[in-house]
Amino acid sequence: MERPRPILRPEGPIVVETVGLNVHYGSFHALREVSAAFAANHITALIGPSGCGKSTYLRCFNRMNDLIEGARVSGQVLLEGEDVNTPETDVVELRRRVGMVFQAPNPFPMSIFDNIAYGPRLQGVREHSRLEEIVERSLRAAALWDEVKDKLRQTAIALSGGQQQRMCIARALAVEPEILLMDEPCSALDPTATFHIEELMLELKQRYTIIIVTHNMYQASRVSDYTGFFLLGELIEYDRTEKIFEGPADPRTDDYIRGRFG
Amino acid sequence: MLSIRPSRRKRRPLERVVEALIRVAGFLAVVFVLAILVFLLRDALPILKTIGLGAMLSGARWSPTADPPKFGLLPLILGSLYVTAGAMVVGAPLGLACAVFISEVAPPRAREVLKPLVELLAAVPSVVYGFLGLLLLGPWLAKVFGLPLGQFGALGSLVLAFMAVPTIVSVSEDALSAVPRAYRENSLALGATRWQTISRVVVPAARSGIIAAMLLGLGRAIGETMTVLMVTGNAPVIPQGLVGFLKPLRTMTATIAAEMGETAYYTPHYHALFMIGLILFLIALAVNVISDFAMRRIPGVRA
Repeated sequence: MERPRPILRPEGPIVVETVGLNVHYGSFHALREVSAAFAANHITALIGPSGCGKSTYLRCFNRMNDLIEGARVSGQVLLEGEDVNTPETDVVELRRRVGMVFQAPNPFPMSIFDNIAYGPRLQGVREHSRLEEIVERSLRAAALWDEVKDKLRQTAIALSGGQQQRMCIARALAVEPEILLMDEPCSALDPTATFHIEELMLELKQRYTIIIVTHNMYQASRVSDYTGFFLLGELIEYDRTEKIFEGPADPRTDDYIRGRFG
Repeated sequence: MLSIRPSRRKRRPLERVVEALIRVAGFLAVVFVLAILVFLLRDALPILKTIGLGAMLSGARWSPTADPPKFGLLPLILGSLYVTAGAMVVGAPLGLACAVFISEVAPPRAREVLKPLVELLAAVPSVVYGFLGLLLLGPWLAKVFGLPLGQFGALGSLVLAFMAVPTIVSVSEDALSAVPRAYRENSLALGATRWQTISRVVVPAARSGIIAAMLLGLGRAIGETMTVLMVTGNAPVIPQGLVGFLKPLRTMTATIAAEMGETAYYTPHYHALFMIGLILFLIALAVNVISDFAMRRIPGVRA
């Protein structure tokens, strides 16, 4: 490689970072030597054209790539300084610390209450009053409480798409993770619902560290503090969001931001 | 002018013939079911001139060749109930566990071999199952548990369970595989173990299909004749308590099969056997309607 990459190391406390991370799907090299650090209580957006490896990268933080047949992840993922990409890592415990919201809202076919209480129950919370408390707190945090407080016992399938996605966020928050991963959380939603989720993210960063994959450049520029640009499995550039959108160092970033490809 | 549906006149003659044949075939299926019901009714109802329905259903002795003959169906109905319930107690958990293993645990390559293999079990003729039960399993169980006879209710239940398992596995596995992958990913991402994901999300989401599978298995078990005739000992006595499983008993199906050949036409005995057939028909109908209803519900959606 020619010149050093414009990869910033954010100031302030770092919650999670990757060092020389590679992902192979069979013979396909999906992610190449990605090293980046993520600042606590900030939102970091990962952008890039389809198939650039940004979702693959996101799924390294909670080891979701383990579920994919033939995927190999090498390199380090340091969560609070400890490598969690090892065979000895307790993956279940890791996923409790690193929550994830998926692209399509996916409520389980059960009541709203049972959806939110799913994570806490897994950890052995049985007391109903305690569960009620968690459900209310999580729904409030996801800005959904007022809309659903009278129908907690109804099936979550009946909610609108935007409500379902906020419910999925509440469900992830109920586990009290340190980091929230969001994989294109608004791509299945209309503009109003998207606006609600973005507002919510800005609220949530007071308490959580958020990493979001998005195809929507405006979204990245609106909500994120830092932005990383991926291309063909490489992290091309990583900097403060204003810097990326106003004067990126790499011409390929500039081309993508200006819509010249992707 | 272009029209999407050509008028009847323009259609090719062959197409019309094929369409007519298909229509007749579909119509015939309904006719057959109705005809079976009609003939069952015709030959079953005359027994009510000899004995009332209530007396028949609650009668404790089935002894059609005695003088006077006894047409009590209770031992036979209870016999069927015992054998079928026992078969489901063994077969339902076994079948579900097997389906979960194939769908959720086994590596994809093993899955491709296992499912056809289990389904092959359904193709084994029932007389073969009966034969194995009668000659191998029965005597062995009798020796282990110190029973006087190698033919008893629980043996019928066991063999029937093996026969119901392929149906239960096949239909349950389809239901489990139809559960969206996203449910599994979401559950795991929330910090669930694989087992927690299976027991709390995947199986509940597939429950209507699983219930349908159980009912289809039940239908198979309750209607099975040859096997139970061979292994249950054929004693029309009322089974009592759990011990009843370890004694010979007799089911409704076995009674018809065993006695039909030696019965003179249009005698009360003949009509009584048809009444048993009618009751079996109604039970099978009920089980099918219920399982159909369960299957039609969208997988995973709570009504």
